[in-house]
Amino acid sequence: MLRFVLKRLLSLVLSLAVASVVIFLFVEVVPGDPAAYMLGMNAQEDTLNALREQLGLNGGLFERYASWVGGMLRGDFGTSYTYRTPVSEMIGERMWISLPLALFALALSTAIAFPAGIWAASKRGSFADVSVMSLTQLGVAIPNFWFAMLMVLVFAINLRWFSAGGFAGWDAGFWAAMKSLTLPAVALALPQASILARVMRSSLLDTLGEDYIRTARAKGLSRRQALWRHALRNALIPVLTIIGLQFSFLMAGAIIIENVFFLPGLGRLVFQSISARDLIVVESVVMLLVFAVIVVNFLVDIAYALVDPRLRVRA
Amino acid sequence: MSLLEIDGLNLEIHGTPILRDVSLTVEAGQIVGIIGESGSGKSMTAFSVMQILPDGGLASGTVRLSDHDMLALSEEALCKLRGNEVGMVFQEPMTALNPIQQIGAQVAETVLIHENVSRAEAYQRAREALNRCELPEDKFPMSRYPHELSGGQRQRVVIAMAIALQPKLLIADEPTTALDVTTQAEVLSLLKRLAREDGTGLMLITHDLAVVADMADHIVIMRNGEVVESGPCPALFDTMQHPYSQALLAVSDHQPSREEHVTQEPLLSVKGVVRDYALPRSKLFAEQEYFRAVKGVSFNIRRGESLGLVGESGCGKSTLTRAILGLEQVQEGSILLDGEEVFTGKQPNRAVRRKMQVVFQDPYGSFNPRWTVRRLVSEPFHLLDELPDREAAIAEALQSVGLVAADADKYIHEFSGGQRQRIAIARALIIKPELIILDEAVSALDVSIRAQILDLLADLGTRFGLTYLFISHDLSVVRNVCDRCLVMQNGEIVERGVTADIFERPQHAYTKQLIAAVPRLP
Amino acid sequence: MNRALTIGAVLSGAFALAALVSFIWVPYDVTGVDIGNRLKVPSMAHLLGTDHFGRDIFSMIMVGARTSIAVAVVAVGIGMLIGVPLGLAAAARKGSLMDELIMRGNDLVFAFPSLLIAIMITAVFGASAVNAIIAIGIFNIPVFARLVRGAALSLWTRDYVLAARVSGKGAARISFEHILPNVTNLLIVQGTIQFSLGILAEAGLSYVGLGAQPPTPSWGRMLAESQTMFSFAPHLAIFPGLAILLTVLGLNLMGDGLRDVLDPRLRRARR
Repeated sequence: MLRFVLKRLLSLVLSLAVASVVIFLFVEVVPGDPAAYMLGMNAQEDTLNALREQLGLNGGLFERYASWVGGMLRGDFGTSYTYRTPVSEMIGERMWISLPLALFALALSTAIAFPAGIWAASKRGSFADVSVMSLTQLGVAIPNFWFAMLMVLVFAINLRWFSAGGFAGWDAGFWAAMKSLTLPAVALALPQASILARVMRSSLLDTLGEDYIRTARAKGLSRRQALWRHALRNALIPVLTIIGLQFSFLMAGAIIIENVFFLPGLGRLVFQSISARDLIVVESVVMLLVFAVIVVNFLVDIAYALVDPRLRVRA
Repeated sequence: MSLLEIDGLNLEIHGTPILRDVSLTVEAGQIVGIIGESGSGKSMTAFSVMQILPDGGLASGTVRLSDHDMLALSEEALCKLRGNEVGMVFQEPMTALNPIQQIGAQVAETVLIHENVSRAEAYQRAREALNRCELPEDKFPMSRYPHELSGGQRQRVVIAMAIALQPKLLIADEPTTALDVTTQAEVLSLLKRLAREDGTGLMLITHDLAVVADMADHIVIMRNGEVVESGPCPALFDTMQHPYSQALLAVSDHQPSREEHVTQEPLLSVKGVVRDYALPRSKLFAEQEYFRAVKGVSFNIRRGESLGLVGESGCGKSTLTRAILGLEQVQEGSILLDGEEVFTGKQPNRAVRRKMQVVFQDPYGSFNPRWTVRRLVSEPFHLLDELPDREAAIAEALQSVGLVAADADKYIHEFSGGQRQRIAIARALIIKPELIILDEAVSALDVSIRAQILDLLADLGTRFGLTYLFISHDLSVVRNVCDRCLVMQNGEIVERGVTADIFERPQHAYTKQLIAAVPRLP
Repeated sequence: MNRALTIGAVLSGAFALAALVSFIWVPYDVTGVDIGNRLKVPSMAHLLGTDHFGRDIFSMIMVGARTSIAVAVVAVGIGMLIGVPLGLAAAARKGSLMDELIMRGNDLVFAFPSLLIAIMITAVFGASAVNAIIAIGIFNIPVFARLVRGAALSLWTRDYVLAARVSGKGAARISFEHILPNVTNLLIVQGTIQFSLGILAEAGLSYVGLGAQPPTPSWGRMLAESQTMFSFAPHLAIFPGLAILLTVLGLNLMGDGLRDVLDPRLRRARR
């Protein structure tokens, strides 16, 4: 098991390295000079030079990459050109909205999807199954930002249960902060919960058709016992994959949803930086999100091995 | 009062009748063999006893298991009986165990579900059950996972689960079909011993008449969902009345008539062939290690001869087959067909490949489901430089295997298993090869169909002067159709000779073991 | 006829038709401004009402369907054209360096959700429908490559492939003649799903301004523009959203229906 973890860890580091090269090169191919690009057409030569110096654009390609990565490893993401503040500080502040939002949504989606999927599978073909499946069909098709707007219309504008947007801040207390994250998290979670419930159901139905379920029934287990003791854990394997993939969708979805609710998270930061042509910030935020996705997938791999003993030896 | 009484059992699945008026009994301590080909309803009879029918299954009639009316009991009451009064062993040991649970837990579950005992005691009883199934603690601790065991060992775990509570009735549904012949013999004798020790009634379901012949007290023969004949064993073999039973008995030991056309000249000559596979590296920077699947094998096949190559799974026979077909390069040695290398340089030799074709085991997986038979059968034309009259050749090939030219426009799913195997033979024949390799070509077929295909092969062999290499794990097939035989074990040929000699006077210990393990009709 | 397939085909067919018709006819011009008619609620004259410039929402949805469908079709096309050959090649040379490179490349792309790719492309090259297509298309490549590789690997173990090799056929020919025809069902089903995901992604990108730029109408941007007028003119937000929902729902139902219709035959042929 230890060797499995080490091996996965090695591939995690490799993925991160390759991803950082891709992101770095992408920003490098900016037509012309990044500094000129940031400052626009009418920039003065000396301002340009100052920025080039600040961006470390005067060294060779490898040297610049090394200093960028080296900086990130020390927690130094450079300085935003527009805001004149260290990027790490800006990210640090906003991460406390984006990360809780994504986790809140993930928790919600799992909490909805598991019972719904298990319930539908255990009552296959019943009214319950058909209703869960129809609802999830809708949930998968609904654009989450539109769903968010509808919720604002109903719960914020008409019922006035929630505010239409903005973030109360963690200083206002845990519950106040969570309250302002609730509508965004629900909007993010609904489509993901629908997908997850469908995967859970079909994976469970597949495993319920396996030979070892018949063996378990021959031992005297009831359908229900066979489902809970044998089918569920086996069915989790594909479900875990989807949860891992969903995290990256949640991170990306959060970028859009933050815009619906005017949450000052990483998503808002990215769009502000794009319009301000602040490439350093864009580059760093993208790297950070990719980092999160890769780490989550690493954790999913470990979870796989915990569930499935066959993987521990094979890998 | 019998232990199990099935009387007038009918079964429908989604309205399709599966079983019709099935009646049979199993006494305590009695071994009853139920025999039939695929689709005869033998497994469904077992599922009806257990009441684990597929969705849409509706059984009527009477199934009494020691005073319980199984068809009338509630699901809850049935759960109490399953595993406790009646245990069951299934066909596919590879998939019958939960892959992510330790074997000890799976066996102990039988105890825990039925008896109010502590976990420690349940595991203690599981240990005893595993020991009784010849899985001793030092080699098979309860913390093993199914993927760490072989097929035969997994089947023993399934048996341990079924007998942990010493049920009155044990149902074994084709328990050894998926196993090698030596393992089959061991598992059968284990089942027999357990049944005798506990006085358990054993219902043994199989397609192989020979398997039950020397073990059952009573035999029931089924066909198309009905019992066609039953009686005590072995007396039944002498008194069989029903034409189907007689046919089944006759084809079980079928001997196709063949005409000799063997010459002395070797057609295929295999010399010192070695085949290594690279193993996955155990450590990142460890030296590359190899697994030697074929360890310096040499033999000749004479033109017109039928040579049998016998061995159990993993002995290297499939690897050798692929090497002969020129699909993989060998590391050492040479393979000559008609005096020419099968593999020249880095490329298989087209001119040589033209002279050989192959027929595979699985009549279902051997054909692209999206192609017409015309296209399927004519695929080997790819090996020819100048094409013969395509349509005429296709028609001739189909006719020579007993099909009609019009079949060329059909798709493969329109044919039965036996017909598909005929199409596979037509595909092999179409470019008029000299050598045909039969890779377990009849192993997946029911006995009656198997006999027809063996007859066809014998007939074609004489007509076209073909040479056959018969690769099989089934010794009875090889015995009846091959002139000479090779026995392969662990990548080496351990014995070779004229078939009759090998079967009557085996020299090598492994050959003796193999032959002893083959179930025989009285 | 399968019910899900019928409903799905009718729904998505209706939007495809609307997109096609919009090339030759729309009820009202969508480029002009008609301030006198602004923010009208739905009526006989304007079935779905008008927006803040007095443009007819129904007409805009018809034209917007064009953008959505075009972006999704091209993105799925990119994904298939590049992903399918990669998957076939990786399966044909399983375990080789090429296979390893293709699979690791796939993993890498999976670490970049399509929105991040879009953000990077926009940050560097600016926002446009073409860039949205590229971003969604890139994300589709590993989806198809993985699907095809997985299916092809199991097909490569079939005896009919072995028979083709015995007939002297090479890996490329076998991939084309034997593997590809047997994965088309999967491709059709997955293609429908990716198509619907593409429509959702395009809507999301346009909503945040990374997709189609004015004056090209698009459903996502209609939603973005409606947001400020949300409290007094909710119809501006409701209809484009419904259009997205119904198109995606139609495609998903069609995908499910196709799976049910295509799969049993495959299964029967196998067993």
